[in-house]
Amino acid sequence: MAAQDYDAIQRNAKYQKLVRARSSFGWTLSAITLVIYFGFILLIGYAPKVLGIPIGGSVMTIGLPIGLFVIVSAFVLVGIYVYRANSTYDGLIRDVIEETRA
Amino acid sequence: MNRIRILLAALTVVGVPMLAHAAGTMEGGARQATNWSAISMFIVFVCMTLGITYWAAKQTKSAAQFYSAGGGITGFQNGIAIAGDYMSAASFLGISGLVYMSGYDGLIYSVGFLVGWPVVTFLIAEPLRNLGKYTFADVASFRLGQTEIRILAACGSLVTVAFYLIAQMVGAGKLIQILFGLDYWMAVVIVGVLMIVYVTFGGMLATTWVQIIKAVLLLSGATFMALAVLWQFGFSLEALFSKAVEVHPKHLAIMQPGTLVSNPISAISLGMALIFGTAGLPHILMRFFTVSDAKAARKSVFVATGLIGYFYILTFIIGFGAITLVATNPDFLDAAVVAIKGPIAAIKGGSNMAAIHLANAVGGNLFLGFISAVAFATILAVVSGLALAGASAISHDLYAIVIRRGRADEQQEMRVSKVATICLGVLAILLGIVFENQNVAFMVGLAFCIAASCNFPVLLLSMFWKGLTTRGAMIGGLLGLVSAVAMVVVSPAVWEQTLGNPKGSAPFPYENPALFSMTIAFVGIWIFSILDGSARAKVDRGGFDAQFVRCQTGIGASGASAH
Repeated sequence: MAAQDYDAIQRNAKYQKLVRARSSFGWTLSAITLVIYFGFILLIGYAPKVLGIPIGGSVMTIGLPIGLFVIVSAFVLVGIYVYRANSTYDGLIRDVIEETRA
Repeated sequence: MNRIRILLAALTVVGVPMLAHAAGTMEGGARQATNWSAISMFIVFVCMTLGITYWAAKQTKSAAQFYSAGGGITGFQNGIAIAGDYMSAASFLGISGLVYMSGYDGLIYSVGFLVGWPVVTFLIAEPLRNLGKYTFADVASFRLGQTEIRILAACGSLVTVAFYLIAQMVGAGKLIQILFGLDYWMAVVIVGVLMIVYVTFGGMLATTWVQIIKAVLLLSGATFMALAVLWQFGFSLEALFSKAVEVHPKHLAIMQPGTLVSNPISAISLGMALIFGTAGLPHILMRFFTVSDAKAARKSVFVATGLIGYFYILTFIIGFGAITLVATNPDFLDAAVVAIKGPIAAIKGGSNMAAIHLANAVGGNLFLGFISAVAFATILAVVSGLALAGASAISHDLYAIVIRRGRADEQQEMRVSKVATICLGVLAILLGIVFENQNVAFMVGLAFCIAASCNFPVLLLSMFWKGLTTRGAMIGGLLGLVSAVAMVVVSPAVWEQTLGNPKGSAPFPYENPALFSMTIAFVGIWIFSILDGSARAKVDRGGFDAQFVRCQTGIGASGASAH
């Protein structure tokens, strides 16, 4: 491992950009996950009948697509994060390491 | 070459269950009779995994290989293994059974187990891989006092592992009693001994492959069942649900939330335990050290989230399939109970057997044997992961760093790890037998709650909060651990159902205390950190910047190959 100067890295503009971008993106996605899940739980807790509304004339209720949405959203949110990290953050990290190599 | 030989050997053994199947049908269908087709398929699984353990043992020479498979597992493989670690027999049989009993409520339960994964991806997986080597304590103690934090993290890990392990052992014994017709103690001993063999000889490499094989088998079996159910209804969900509503005594009520979430506070508290507990389970966190870098770590959670989500959708279809195909077939029902309580409650062996009977209904005795063997394999894989995590906490955190102050050589550390695995295995067998007739249903919830209230806060704040000090982490983490255990003891599940106090007398009204114990932990860590003016605290805060650079960039992270 090449000796890296931590101060130099911290002063690096791309490093600062990486930290800001990744933290805000990560915490935002976490918040979205929690809002979706606890929204679902609160809906069940306070208005369970809403989820029991039938879709058209069938026995299926809107609770089914909503439950499915919560499951699929978890996967999709992870996918969005992985895509962003692979396409943006990894490149920034490589640049930071290049630019600050002692 | 070796791998090919093992595969060939495994393929020749696959022929065995066909012969045993004939014997199995002659035995007759009584529930307690020894199920030979299931047993022979399980033996095939065991032979395969022992072959892999033999192969893995030859590669496992260094501590890095033992704890983390030398970081040589790919992101995709690790994703399957994580899913294998997480999809326990309890979630397969328990959640499909819950859907069978009350329909929609089963979905609510499974959703809670899934949403922890996005949080793990966004906040934990990459920093963990960048900072740690073998255990999550490596990360938590990165800039803090090694001795104190290692002891705390090891306690958090061991307590979590102990409760999870007891729940799995008791569940295994009961399940195998029904599925295979073996005695309870025999089942517990088989699980314990195989677990010891996998982990002591094959370390993380063998454990990983046991997880992968089990995950593939479980997902294939569950997919086949779900497709078979849908096929019976012309691939029309509407037809499946209509039939279920017609058959089930609760009728339309199974299509909407029922009584599972009657108290929102209780539901939120349980939800927090499941989400943040997932991000604090030592055997799950350990899996992130088996891949080469942060990129592979993130890919592995993506694969795992997809597989786990898919699995829960399957269990939902399987549960509804059981309503339509099991509750309508007198072969699977107890005739005396049908008359009094209706067909759903009359299922032979209880609701946990819904998926098992459905396997019989859609695939006959041979497929029943397959699914039973998969359920057994599932338990084995989960307990192996737990044993390895517990043994690492003892050998890597307590022995190598706390007792020997980092001066133990690798071989000594590995020897301690193997001895620890054997001790944990023996202890698990004994506890499994002791707790046979106890209600252990609360233990998985407790394990998640402790992970969320002790391991998770310390880990998260050590990575992201500069102000965290050794004293703050120590006191806050302990408060979280102790309050979680104390509140569970005085909750209805333990106070009333296990200790036998009268109904309604439990001092703590909610099922899971995570909402409260997590708050106590975070507030405790915060207060005792900001009030900490010791010399150690200066070192702790001063070390943050360098740690944060490594956390973000991976510069200096332990590499893929053994050192």
